[in-house]
Amino acid sequence: MAEPLLEVSDLSVAYLTEAADVRAVDQVSFTVDRGEFLGIVGESGCGKSTLLFGVGQLLSPPGEVVGGSVIFRGSDMVRLTGDELRNMRWRDYSVVMQSAMNALNPMKSIGAQFKDTLQAHGSMSSAEIRERSAEVLKLVGIDPTHLASYPHQLSGGMRQRAMIAMALLLTPQLVMMDEPTSALDVVAQRSLMSKIKELQQRLGFAVLFVTHDMSVVSRYSDRVLVMYAGQIAEAAATEEIFEHPLHPYTRGLMSAFPSLRGPRRELLGIPGSPPDLARPPAGCRFHPRCPEVMPVCLSHEPELYPVGGAEVRCLLYAEQAKEAV
Amino acid sequence: MRYLTRRIGLFLITLWAALTVNFVIPRVMPGNEAVAALGAIRNVNPAALHALEIQFGVNSHQSILSSYFEYLGNCLTGQFGVTAQGVPVMTEIFSKLPWTLGLVGVTTVLAFVIGTVAGIASAWRRGGRLDAVLPPTLFITSTIPVFFVGLLLIYAFAVKLNWLPLGGNYSVGATPSFSLPFIWDVLKHALLPGLSLVIVTAGLWVYSMRNNMITTIAEDYVKTARAKGLPSRRIMYDYAARNAILPNLTGFAMQLGYVLGGAIVIEYLFSYPGLGYLFYTASTNHDLPLMEGLFLFYTLAVLICVLIADLLTAVLDPRTREA
Amino acid sequence: MATDAASNTAITEPAAVTDAEVRAEPRRFTRAVLHNRKAMVGAVILLIMVFVAVFPGLIAPYDPQATVGPPNASPSSAHLLGTTQLGQDVLSQLIWGTRLTLWVTVVVSVIATFISMIIGVTAAYIGGLTDRVLTVITDVFLILPVLPLLILLSAYLTPGVSSLIIVLTITSWAFQARQLRSQGLSVRNRDFLVAARVRGERPLYIILVEIVPTMTSLLAASFLALAVFEVGFAASLQFLGLGNSGELMWGTMLYNAQQAAALESGNPWWALAPGLAVAVMGAGFALVNYAFDEIGNPALRPVRRGKRRGRASA
Repeated sequence: MAEPLLEVSDLSVAYLTEAADVRAVDQVSFTVDRGEFLGIVGESGCGKSTLLFGVGQLLSPPGEVVGGSVIFRGSDMVRLTGDELRNMRWRDYSVVMQSAMNALNPMKSIGAQFKDTLQAHGSMSSAEIRERSAEVLKLVGIDPTHLASYPHQLSGGMRQRAMIAMALLLTPQLVMMDEPTSALDVVAQRSLMSKIKELQQRLGFAVLFVTHDMSVVSRYSDRVLVMYAGQIAEAAATEEIFEHPLHPYTRGLMSAFPSLRGPRRELLGIPGSPPDLARPPAGCRFHPRCPEVMPVCLSHEPELYPVGGAEVRCLLYAEQAKEAV
Repeated sequence: MRYLTRRIGLFLITLWAALTVNFVIPRVMPGNEAVAALGAIRNVNPAALHALEIQFGVNSHQSILSSYFEYLGNCLTGQFGVTAQGVPVMTEIFSKLPWTLGLVGVTTVLAFVIGTVAGIASAWRRGGRLDAVLPPTLFITSTIPVFFVGLLLIYAFAVKLNWLPLGGNYSVGATPSFSLPFIWDVLKHALLPGLSLVIVTAGLWVYSMRNNMITTIAEDYVKTARAKGLPSRRIMYDYAARNAILPNLTGFAMQLGYVLGGAIVIEYLFSYPGLGYLFYTASTNHDLPLMEGLFLFYTLAVLICVLIADLLTAVLDPRTREA
Repeated sequence: MATDAASNTAITEPAAVTDAEVRAEPRRFTRAVLHNRKAMVGAVILLIMVFVAVFPGLIAPYDPQATVGPPNASPSSAHLLGTTQLGQDVLSQLIWGTRLTLWVTVVVSVIATFISMIIGVTAAYIGGLTDRVLTVITDVFLILPVLPLLILLSAYLTPGVSSLIIVLTITSWAFQARQLRSQGLSVRNRDFLVAARVRGERPLYIILVEIVPTMTSLLAASFLALAVFEVGFAASLQFLGLGNSGELMWGTMLYNAQQAAALESGNPWWALAPGLAVAVMGAGFALVNYAFDEIGNPALRPVRRGKRRGRASA
């Protein structure tokens, strides 16, 4: 089997504040293969965006990586410093943020923002820069005359696509996306997602896609990570997760989904709310809200147990995993 | 274009408001100050006296409205009345203007530069030594009333150490000229007042600049710039500093009013014969025409600076252009 | 197979701040203030000032107006801050002067904040032409230079505390109107307000009973921001001789001291002490206000140095 593109091992990210230290990401491990589309889902506050920025070394104080490693193209990004890291940025991996209106510098034209990226990573002539900039814009379906436009002069959908074009300037192998469709209406969302998938298949880059929207994940991703309270609750291939969700949390998410086909059934939510990560519950972090809670869940923290091709952090499967060994 | 028209509109409205304030106050406030003040004026030609009577509503048999329009007309033709000594108000103001312009002009520019650089530097290195010490210190100094800074400086350097003069703008008996000794004399006299103003004003700038900078650094586009692997310096100037300063240019200009007020107190404290000291003597002499003229002048000064800032913003900030 | 349902999921993102959270503002802020070091220092300073203002007789060694020592005496054990030109104890004057000084500052700040709030929220809530007119009026007052206007207005009024309060309020009300209007705008379309409108409540009721309580932290912050500068403005006006030197306040002490050339030839503490007191009171308000800024804007909160130095430059 080919070596994975990205290997995250026991990554932990904490917010070190005057009041308390909060572990937003707690010993998360996963891999991403070349060209793979990995979806990361969870409620707001579960740590998925923090995970993304932790992997990308983009945390701002008071957030910090406090443990683990991120092996990407042979180097551990957590240990890299200064210029080494800077060289990898955008060239090997790029980032697309949630709101282009906020992620694009309002005082610079699109062309200028493309230009400074290209200039930071090599010496292209002005003509080459213009050519490449026009090329990526065309890739996402924007007329290259908009290189002279400012972000506020473009429509919402165009802005998001411009951001994606910018992310592809140096043809990175991995593109990390933090809910890039949340700010759009449903139609624009659909259009943008199919464009992303098309580009992915054409150019072959892997995608790390953070979202709270299960429908996007179900349609476009190869594998899914479900996060809860800073930990991975379940990790499996997309089909597996949607057909046979294992973790009670995942099951709760699925059952909250109205289905267009199939029999009518009651829509259930998940009662309660996510825990305060400054003071997480003892034992399994999901136990206060779990419909299948057992006495042992209150005192024992489950590990990530392999079940078939999936991994589940739930004591329901602890026996199974032990037997399999 | 629409942005600029709106700002020019505000300029004109505020100017009109200041003129109207000068017209309304004598009529609304209790007491016969206006009558007393006008009665004390000597050596003035009848036309000027008449203009003042119109402005202050003394001995006037016209309706308020016609007085008002005549007053506005006088203002537009530059007739702002005469002081208690019969000197035209504007002449008096312009004679004292250079001293204040020098003092305030230099200190404001200095304070702006210091404040901006220090604010950017301390925000850029959050958690560093500079950031731990500088903002709280400068924040405190910016809230200390300027007269106290002045008092301290006078006490320390003029009284105790006797290094610098107590007041005035140049030594008694010296003749103004462009010679080096005279210029040195002027600078010595301007040092303490200038220092007081710089300390307080720089504190204000640093605090707002640092806050703006920190808020800007937290923006997603700075994160994106980091993600793109841009060199640190580039990010600081091109993405952070520029975006922190530019939208707040007008806000900075509006703080000028506070600085000018501080300059009035400082000039009084140091007996520095500029516009501020003039304002002080006018108030003790109840010289109303002069006070109103000065108030108008100060307002105009602030308005012009704000308009310049607006112009710069319109030119440099792409968001003011139509989408 | 999973479906194409539109994003009606169990984990829809909540609105940025829920209605319940907006109403829980005051509690959240009080807790945050208690945790902030700067706020605590400032609060202690202010509490001491309040105590001194309320119980001056308990602390002051002498009657502030009485001649109790030699004129212009330097600090000594009998007179910790020396005496004035008339032989009065400076420390006692300082202590007794706290009351009026604090009183004026608080009254002006409260009234100005109140007016600011009414204007700001009304402009935000009613919108349209009213909003435009009120905004222009606010902008005009913001540009008019404060001290010149203060001097001009004071010239027409009898010097004294009442006049001081009036002129300070006139020049200060516009200071916070913008922020309060922004807050009003952001709250305007909340569900609980729509519900109130549907119930048929009148705008004034909605403004006072529904909107204002959500803004308590902002109002407190506005009050503090104003108070910082009112102390200084009041003292400056009196320093320039526009106050009533018969009323005992720190500003009038400064005026008297300056008239008697205390710095140069008398007891310098007569001038320095009230100046220092004004600075300390201003600092007290400023510290608590500084903390409010940090609480309201998480980006400004203090940063602990982690393993990497202050700011990652990569």
